[in-house]
Order: sequence, then C-alpha cells, then structure tokens
Amino acid sequence: MSILVIAEHDNKELSPATLKTLAAAQAIGGDIDVLVAGEGCQAVAEEVAKAEGVSKVRLADNAVYGHFLAENLGTLVAELAKDYGHILAPATTTGKNFMPRVAALLDVAQVSDIIAVESADTFKRPIYAGNAIATVQSEDAIKVITVRATAFDAVAAEGGNAAIEAVDTVIDNDKSEFVGEELAESERPDLTAARVVISGGRGMQNGENFHLLEKVADKLGAAVGASRAAVDAGFVPNDMQVGQTGKIVAPELYIAVGISGAIQHLAGMKDSKVIVAINKDEEAPIFQVADYGLVADLFDVLPELEQAL
Amino acid sequence: MKILVAVKRVIDYNVKVRVKADQSDVDLANVKMALNPFCEIAVEEAVRLKEKGIADEVVVVSIGPKAVQEQLRTALALGADRAIQVETDDMPDSLAVAKILKGVVEKEEPQLVILGKQAIDSDNNQTGQMLGALTGMPQGTFASKIDMADGSVNVTREVDGGLQTVKLQLPAIVTTDLRLNEPRYASLPNIMKAKRKPLDVTTADELGVNVARTVKLLKVEPPAERSAGVKVADVAELVDKLKNEAKVL
Repeated sequence: MSILVIAEHDNKELSPATLKTLAAAQAIGGDIDVLVAGEGCQAVAEEVAKAEGVSKVRLADNAVYGHFLAENLGTLVAELAKDYGHILAPATTTGKNFMPRVAALLDVAQVSDIIAVESADTFKRPIYAGNAIATVQSEDAIKVITVRATAFDAVAAEGGNAAIEAVDTVIDNDKSEFVGEELAESERPDLTAARVVISGGRGMQNGENFHLLEKVADKLGAAVGASRAAVDAGFVPNDMQVGQTGKIVAPELYIAVGISGAIQHLAGMKDSKVIVAINKDEEAPIFQVADYGLVADLFDVLPELEQAL
Repeated sequence: MKILVAVKRVIDYNVKVRVKADQSDVDLANVKMALNPFCEIAVEEAVRLKEKGIADEVVVVSIGPKAVQEQLRTALALGADRAIQVETDDMPDSLAVAKILKGVVEKEEPQLVILGKQAIDSDNNQTGQMLGALTGMPQGTFASKIDMADGSVNVTREVDGGLQTVKLQLPAIVTTDLRLNEPRYASLPNIMKAKRKPLDVTTADELGVNVARTVKLLKVEPPAERSAGVKVADVAELVDKLKNEAKVL
C-alpha cells in the first residue's frame, strides 16, 4: 500500500519538517507520494521531487489553497487519500489543524504526534505531557498520522528525481477566509530545527534581559526559546514557547536559564541530547534532567558564558 | 446566541503520572482529577461572551462515566447555564467524541462551539477539528483572541511562526489556546448555586453513536530515564565539559 505525505511549506520553501516526515514514511515502507498544495508553489514541488525516496509529487497549485485553511485543504486531502494506506503530515500547527478533519471525513481515527514506527500499523506516541509512551495499533483501512519531526532524522534533500503531476481538483471554501498574519521576524535559526537552543524563564525578570541570552545565542548559532512563564509574563512572544503546549524541540544542546522545569516545559525539551541548567535554586526540578547543572545567578553567568565562548 | 462548550475530566495537571506495573495504561486510581485546563479557558471565554451580552445561553457538555458530572458542576459554578452528560462506560476516543458532539450540536443548534485545543491526558489535539469536518462548520483552532461580528467571528490563532487571523462564518468551532484568557475561580456561593442548575443525562446510544475504538492501546511505558547529571562549579568548567566531554560545542 502506498503512502501520501502532505508537504509543509510557505509557498516558497519546503519546511525541514517534511524531510523528517518522509523518514517516518520510509520506516513504514511502500511507495511515497508527496502532495504539495498551495498557491504559486511550483518551486516547492521541484524541491520535494529531489528528496530521497519520493516516487511522485502531486501538485495542487491554486489560490484556494494559498493559506492552508483546514476547511478545504482537509477536504482535498481526504479526496486524494482514498488511493493510499497511510496519510502523513508533520505535527506542526498546520498539520494539527487540517489532519483531524481528513481523518473524520474518512471516518477513521487519527494517530497524533508519533515518535517511532514499530510496523505499518503500530506506532509509539507520547501521552500525559511525555510522561508515558503509548504503543498503539491502528485497525483503520487508511491510517491518518501526524509525525513529531524531532523524533526522526531527515531524509536527504538531494538525489531524488520524482515526476511532478498536477492535481486539478479545486475545493472552494466559503466558510472561512484568511484575514492577516503577524509573523515574528528572526535572524536566528528556527527553534524546532536548531542544533543549539537557549531558553529563558521567569528568572529572566523582563524582556530586556533576553538580550543576554541573545548574545550567547549568537556565539553558538543557537535559537532562543522561552518557558510559558516568560511568555505569559509578556517577556517574549508566544511562538518562542517550548513545552507541551508550545514547540517540541530536541536539539543537540539545550540550555535552560532561569527555568524551574515544570512537567509541561520538560515535555517540550527532554529529548535534547545534552541539557544544561543554569538556576540559582539548587532544588529546581530542571536539575533532575540536566546533564550539567550550574547553581548560580544567571545575571553573572550569561556575560561570563558569552566571554568564554 | 447559544454557545456550546465541551469539557473533559482529566488527571490534574500537577500530578506526576505513574505507569501501571503491567504496562496496560497509566494508573488513575486515587489520583486527583480536574477540568482539563484548555476546557477551563473555553468555559471562561463563553461566560465572558455572555457577560458582554453577545451570548444568551452557555451549555456545557461532557462525555464519560458519572464522575464527569463533577467537572460539569465546576463549569456551572464558573457561569455556564446548564449541562449535558453523555454517559459512556469509559472515555471514548476523539472520533467517537466528535460524533457524539455532532449529535448534541444538531439538537442544541449553537452558533458557536468552543473546545480546548487538546486534552492534557491523550495530547491528541483532534476533537474540535473532527467535529468541524462532521458538521461542515469552519474552525478557528489554537485561538488566542475571538472577535464576534454579525454572522461571523474573527479568530486570531497561534501558529508556528506567530499569529494568524481568520474570519469564519457562523456557526463555527473555536479551540482555545492558553493565552485566550485567564480563567476565574469558582466562588463558594456560585458552587452552591451550580448544584441547582439543570444537568441532563443522555447516552451515546440515544444519539446513535458507536463508540468502538479502532486504535488499540498495546502498551504504555515510562519514558527513557535520563542518567543523572553533574553539577559544575563555574562557567569555565561548564564550557570545558561541553567542549571536551559532551562534545557539543
């Protein structure tokens, strides 16, 4: 049975999460087709066609799909899904938005946020904020799955040569429309894809102090994250939040600064390879998961760290 | 306008869950249960819309065994007007919940349905979207702001790169993100009053919904433990360890 992967992109570039979702598809096994739906996204289709292991790219290029609204994108994917055994998308906010609609239209359950493929019908996924790992088996004829990108290694972006085939199905949408967006501008690497992440919590005291983290981040080529406490206090925007309800990251190095380490924050970063905690409270739960802990005042440590790097 | 809010009984978010020794599931015996935090935000938003005079009735619904009535009473104490329990033997999966909610939506005909974006037990993030597909309603997921207009609603959504605003035709579905509002606490007089508010009980059978699962839970394990780390004395030692021991710099 073949697999359909829904590409994640911004109409210009493919998101790295798609290459990781392709790795999950390879672990399931079978021919892999990729759907690129969007507006003016021919370049994305060409990029996907070069990725390792892709059999065919299906390109639905139409203004109606330009903003990836779930109402019609979900219907489009559900129509195409009938030819496949598995439908996969990255568990990003876009994937989480339209995929459950696909599942419901197909009258099947969805398996969310998988972290491992045991076999073509059996998967592992975290539950209870990552405090338990469930192994689940799907009996549905079509398996609708979202993939936790940080749990899989990306397939090669080069070397493939898949054919691109146009999908002419146009699903109109009179129920919802895109009004506008405010995207956070950042020169630093994307939080979910960065090799190093440095995050600040309530201990940072205010938004201004985040520049201390940024200076260290610039030396390390790191992305800057935050705990929910820092976001709720208005220090930084919400798209920087790492945790159960924010972004899930698994970088090689995660540096938690002034973060106590609540269960909900750990859910977003405890699969990082190396964790460093800098906190002046030696009882902080973050030290229980940290490989290296430094009990000290972050306002002393951050400038020293910047100097030392 | 009538608003329907779906609420779920889950393990309290502060409780550290334990996996059962036989790995069949997590152990929920004698564990503190509560209203799912995202559902609390959903109730709060509905009550605020009522306080602004936009909504005239807030109906809360929960699905599960009799114990879920406790969470329905909590929602009533927070300001909901009446409650519906759809009785099932255990907690059905997202698709069955969405089908049951579709039955309730057809009966109640709300203009707005508000759900939490995810339950903190299963972490699925599916039910609102599935209900959208089944009812044909548009969805505003991960909402951090809701602006009602005549015949439509503008929803500001928390997306990966920042915020996105969509305009939805009513009736519509909204799922709440953490920053939508700060839920209030139930006052003692309101808790007493909530005991007298109407709570109807129906069943999945009466709504004609089959709650059989197609995804089987084979095993539940604790996550891999991280090995104990070390405390370092100063920045110099930290940088040295990261360079020479962990080799990540």
